[in-house]
Amino acid sequence: MGSQLGLAASRGVVAGEENVALLRGVHFAIDQKPIFRGLDVALRRGEVTAIMGPSGTGKTTLLRLITGQIRADAGTVEVDGQDVAGLSRPELYALRRRMGMLFQHGALLTDLDVFENVAFPLRENARLPERLVRSLVLTKLHAVGLRGAARLMPQQLSGGMARRVALARAIVMDPDILIYDEPFAGLDPISMGVVMRLIRSLNDALGISSVVVSHDVREIAQIADQSYILSEGTVVASGSPKELHDHPSPIVRQFLEGLADGPVPFHYPAPDYYGQLLASGKAAR
Amino acid sequence: MTLLREILSGMGDFLARAGAMTRFLGRLLWITPAGLLRPRLIADQVYNAGALSLAIIMTSGLFVGLVMGLQGHDLLARIGSEESLGTGAALTLLKELGPVVTALLFAGRAGTALASEIGLMRATDQLTAMDIMAVDPMKRVVLPRFLGGVISMPLLTAIFVMVSIFGVQLIGVQYFGIDRGQFWSEMRSFVELSDVTEGLIKGLVFGIACSLIAVFEGYNAEPTAEGVGRATTRTVVVSAVATLVLDYIVTAILL
Repeated sequence: MGSQLGLAASRGVVAGEENVALLRGVHFAIDQKPIFRGLDVALRRGEVTAIMGPSGTGKTTLLRLITGQIRADAGTVEVDGQDVAGLSRPELYALRRRMGMLFQHGALLTDLDVFENVAFPLRENARLPERLVRSLVLTKLHAVGLRGAARLMPQQLSGGMARRVALARAIVMDPDILIYDEPFAGLDPISMGVVMRLIRSLNDALGISSVVVSHDVREIAQIADQSYILSEGTVVASGSPKELHDHPSPIVRQFLEGLADGPVPFHYPAPDYYGQLLASGKAAR
Repeated sequence: MTLLREILSGMGDFLARAGAMTRFLGRLLWITPAGLLRPRLIADQVYNAGALSLAIIMTSGLFVGLVMGLQGHDLLARIGSEESLGTGAALTLLKELGPVVTALLFAGRAGTALASEIGLMRATDQLTAMDIMAVDPMKRVVLPRFLGGVISMPLLTAIFVMVSIFGVQLIGVQYFGIDRGQFWSEMRSFVELSDVTEGLIKGLVFGIACSLIAVFEGYNAEPTAEGVGRATTRTVVVSAVATLVLDYIVTAILL
């Protein structure tokens, strides 16, 4: 089973123009605790790729590797054919100008209004005439349905609106890759539906590649072209939503069906229950 | 044995932190030329750190001056030199009290604001978001705030000293009836330009120290509510101690 899973996991992980990002044999540890043990992931150009898995499996860490915020202990991380670990700071910034990222809670700059938040990457990275900046910002705000909220401050926005403003900011530089970190977390069903449709429609309309880290299995199944499920530091399954739906692996079944117990145990490792209850003094803690 | 281990561990932590802060200052100085090309960002921070501190600086300055007037007059009356009140107060304020008290107030008002603002930006991913947008947060956020503080401190020191001397004058001249002409002319005779310069140099040195500590603590704050709180507290404590230590060093050099 293990080798089958490994085979499925590495399917599609080949270098070439069809992959916008490629992680090969990535090892990464935080404070001696291994997060990835030989991770292989390929993000195909023009597609929406979902990264899923139980909490603490390193999904956000994977995004940080792709954006060059951290470097792998071993293995390679390539984005658009460039080895991210080998880039100098100016080269890394040049690469990041072609990326957009939506953070879990938006990460809007709280001292700027909505318009200025979206204009921020343009003002900092491109010297454009004010009229053009205005047009670009209003176009992107219109695309996420918030042109009318241009003069609101971030504190005046709901969670869903903040996420949409952050999305407008992420696409204002017309990136090649859009990265979403838990885009549905904490959203009501209406906002979730809006963000979901935006992810798919922006990917298709702008001809970009998208990576979505999420726990929301049903929502992801509707928009992703391919998905990876991570666990225990590696990819345990990958494929289209249909392929994952029919996947026999117990951990994939547990994750997709939301089962409390299984390969990922419900209980955190602990001493014997009854023994601990009957113990006295320090041993009781 | 445990005590010795704790002392050694504490010294190790202190040295590690001092080293990190020195590297941080080096980075700031390295990017300063680029930062100076965006004076608007610095001007905004001079407003935040300087102009918004004016109320507390002026109020404190006035009361420090009033108290100095009362105490100074009481002291000088014992030796029959009340007319020297202006000179004594001016020298004390310019060379010592002005820069030190301003720095302590600056650390409490502007320093904590800087540390908590940057710390909260860290905790809410705003700094990371900038970095991902290919905008260096050190250049865009930290440097303007550091320079804003450095520029503000000597100005605030000068304002503090002026308001304090006005307070001394209120007590000395208006309340105790010291001759107005004698009060000011004696001050002009004995206070030299070097005394004024000493105060401003101290203001600048304390400004560099307090602003550096505030932005360093904020930038390196743990991204949690508790972490931001700790960074803010450390800013006040470390700034206060650094101000007093630097005061001794600068005084020893300048005297």
